[in-house]
Amino acid sequence: MCGIVGLFLKDEALEPRLGSMLTDMLITMTDRGPDSAGIAIYGADNPAVSKLTVQSDTPDQAFATLEADLGAALGLDVRLRRKDTHAVLELPRGQLAEAAAALAGINPDIRVMSSGDTVEIYKEVGLPTEVAERFDLRAMSGTHGIGHTRMATESLVTTMGAHPFNTGPDQCLVHNGSLSNHNRLRRKLRREGMHIETENDTEVGAAYLTWRMQNGATLGEALEGSLIDLDGFFTFVFGTKDGFGVVRDPIACKPAVMAETDQYVAFGSEYRALVNLPGIEQARVWEPEPATVYFWSHGDTSTPTEKAA
Amino acid sequence: MQIIDMAVTPLRDLNATLQAQAGATNGTAWDIENPRGSHAIAVGLDAPIEVTVKGSTGYYCAGMNKQATVNVRGSVGPGVAENMMSGTVVIDGDASQYAGATGHGGTLVIKGNASSRCGISMKGIDIIVHGNVGHMSAFMAQSGNLVVCGDAGDALGDSIYEARLFVRGSVKSLGADCVEKDMRPEHVALLADLLERGGCDARPEEFRRYGSARQLYNFNIDNAY
Repeated sequence: MCGIVGLFLKDEALEPRLGSMLTDMLITMTDRGPDSAGIAIYGADNPAVSKLTVQSDTPDQAFATLEADLGAALGLDVRLRRKDTHAVLELPRGQLAEAAAALAGINPDIRVMSSGDTVEIYKEVGLPTEVAERFDLRAMSGTHGIGHTRMATESLVTTMGAHPFNTGPDQCLVHNGSLSNHNRLRRKLRREGMHIETENDTEVGAAYLTWRMQNGATLGEALEGSLIDLDGFFTFVFGTKDGFGVVRDPIACKPAVMAETDQYVAFGSEYRALVNLPGIEQARVWEPEPATVYFWSHGDTSTPTEKAA
Repeated sequence: MQIIDMAVTPLRDLNATLQAQAGATNGTAWDIENPRGSHAIAVGLDAPIEVTVKGSTGYYCAGMNKQATVNVRGSVGPGVAENMMSGTVVIDGDASQYAGATGHGGTLVIKGNASSRCGISMKGIDIIVHGNVGHMSAFMAQSGNLVVCGDAGDALGDSIYEARLFVRGSVKSLGADCVEKDMRPEHVALLADLLERGGCDARPEEFRRYGSARQLYNFNIDNAY
């Protein structure tokens, strides 16, 4: 059992409240999984900037000179914004791969939580309320975000085992369920050149979706592929730079509720997670169908099964 | 009319209060306010009282009900009226998975749609759904009646025993050992009563009946111990 939430805003006026709304939703789901918690927030798109969110268990030492060290290694202007055990490294757009490689050379113990133009991922062992406090998640604004509170089944309770998993630029996955063919699929994806850090099943699911999209699939096609290639139980919420997608396996024993109004589209493992959202009494509330892909996007990029926001 | 506000009354106190109502209670009408998706609301009741939940609920609403009438003015999460023995549960909205699971008796009315596994392992309950039901509904159903005014999903009535299934709309697929059967006069009469109890605006003649072909292993007497 895990708790997952997602919030996609249609009304720009709500953007300053995204972190606060999503945090409330996640805290309500705490008793579905108390091991670790994480949140991915898609913030404002500054066309000059890309971001790496990194983590260290010894942040005082690890982050002390990181801004200057990474800037010097890349020959670029790098800005570091520290939040507890995490730090966001802002660098000129298009330098993510170079920066990640340079980072490994500077300090291999620093872990990359997320990589992209707008996404920032914060995740740690602990309850959602503790994680939200440490990273001041309530203060974050953004266009959309997803969150997860974990009851571990398939890998260790560690920072790296927490969701969301980021396997491609601005892409990340939260998952309620368990995949049973993740070991074989991990070997296959590694042979295909995908970078997979952990023994966690969800990371393999995320890497699978990223791999499909790297090979030309739309998000909709990748999510539909997961219904064929992934064995096990899953309710997925997958975040991209433009929006998020939802898919449940054909058995659909892992719960899911969605709500839509003129202001937002919200996802929760349970209806409880949605009850504080504005206008929920008038929202269209429904349970996503099994083996059906849903997607909401701010952008113009379309997928075969995309639903217009 | 007595009101329990879940914004101030803890769930355990609410259920303890409702469970303490004896058969001869004068306090027969209860309104529950601010359910806000909570789990296990109005479970284990055993008195002829009428409880109205004013909003949507989470898991296991009205589970193990005996005698009581529970109305939900909203939608319900997984496992509504699970293992109901008697009484009536009416849901104005939709029901999530395994509604009425293992129910031994009583009536469950769902005015919206029910999702997967509606009536799984039902053992005598009557379930009347105004909308559609999801896949694997009435899986291993043993006794009772499932009425679906809309459509049924995949694998309806898989491994069914003696329950009767009535569907007005389409059936995406039938499960193992589930077959369509004739609607005889006694079935029309039975269904007319069920539709009236469920408050359905539908005629029995519009429905098809499904049940067990009795071909699976356990129906062969040579496999008995």
